[in-house]
Amino acid sequence: MDKNQIKELIAKRVAKELHDGDVVNLGIGLPTLVANFIPDEIDVTFQSENGFVGLGPSPKEGEEDKDVSNAGGQYVTIKKGGATFDSGVSFGIIRGGHVDATVLGALQVDGEGNLANWMIPGKMVPGMGGAMDLVVGAKKVIVAMTHTAKGSPKILKECSLPLTAAGQVNLIITEMGVIEVTDKGLVLKELGPEVTVEDVKAATEAELIISDDLKTMEV
Amino acid sequence: MNKLISIDEAINHIEDGMTVMIGGFLAVGTPEKLVDALVEKGVKDLTIIANDTGFVDKGIGKLVVNKQAKKVIASHIGTNKETGRQMNEGELEVQLVPQGTLAEQIRAAGYGLGGILTSTGVGTVVEEGKKKIEVDGVEYLLELPIKADVALIKADKVDKKGNIRYNKTAKNFNPIMATAADIVIVEAEKIVETGELDPDDVMTPNIFTTYMVDGGAK
Repeated sequence: MDKNQIKELIAKRVAKELHDGDVVNLGIGLPTLVANFIPDEIDVTFQSENGFVGLGPSPKEGEEDKDVSNAGGQYVTIKKGGATFDSGVSFGIIRGGHVDATVLGALQVDGEGNLANWMIPGKMVPGMGGAMDLVVGAKKVIVAMTHTAKGSPKILKECSLPLTAAGQVNLIITEMGVIEVTDKGLVLKELGPEVTVEDVKAATEAELIISDDLKTMEV
Repeated sequence: MNKLISIDEAINHIEDGMTVMIGGFLAVGTPEKLVDALVEKGVKDLTIIANDTGFVDKGIGKLVVNKQAKKVIASHIGTNKETGRQMNEGELEVQLVPQGTLAEQIRAAGYGLGGILTSTGVGTVVEEGKKKIEVDGVEYLLELPIKADVALIKADKVDKKGNIRYNKTAKNFNPIMATAADIVIVEAEKIVETGELDPDDVMTPNIFTTYMVDGGAK
């Protein structure tokens, strides 16, 4: 698989986690792709933390509205039935438990469900934006990312980078598998295409519990 | 009372060393004309409170590039390399705050609250130096109000009494900041006569508006 196929596979698998009626916030980058793979019969409302629900497709060139952007600053559209609001309401929705799922990328995740995705001290300090609120407030936190970074594991025994939130991650979806964060630790529930349990273990620093009901990832 | 003044008159209310809140989210809903005038006036040592520092050539970022800020309080600075450079060189103090917390801290100041309790940031560097309060078994951080000397707000329409209508996602921090500063200056794309706005479309009531400027004027 090339990079784009990997991203598409992950996004497709994440899409299967979303249910009819869900309110969902997608992070910037790979998570944004998830919106492309929601089946027509499922109605998911996308929330954008800069202040609206009902994220629609990208506008045609020349048809952008300068007052309609997503949380990454790109021009987007608002679907019929969408609604706009200020940052107070937006984060009330987020912290108040009105978001069913948030999908974010990660620099590191660990066996305790800790997430680090907002800074690398001395190198990259963009700020947390809305990520800390989203991870604490959303009912379900799904990390969608490539399994390793330049061959190094990102799923660690313990995050070494500054945390975005402690113990909030519920599910990790990568091209190598689907991993659930449980009280007992990380449980490998699904295997990615063309990989073995040994491959996943080798690419993961954290201990993995292999589910008795291990399945192949279907997208 | 005439609240409608020129952009130059408005900017004269901003002096060196002041704390200035500026609306906008990655330059959407930022009062660009007021920012440009502030760049032109060249006031220094500002403490800027905003969601982000925009881009080097767009939004609040222009003030950072022109080295007019001594401190920035924001949730995100990643889209403006100059903010990061000045921070790393020790030229600029940057305080990063989770976005929802920043909104609530500003709201607390405007709404007369002594602070807010949030779980956001518990177990991270954000909790350092903050009081933790447990309520019904949940741990919260006490986040204190943030107010400003001046707030610069971007509106779609303002009537001559100062009632504000915002457009779509250009709302973001604007309505909240309009409650939390001693002087609130609103840049509107269109100034309309009093009575033209339906009271139900007014998001910021006129009592918050100190001055407004015509952002649609050439």
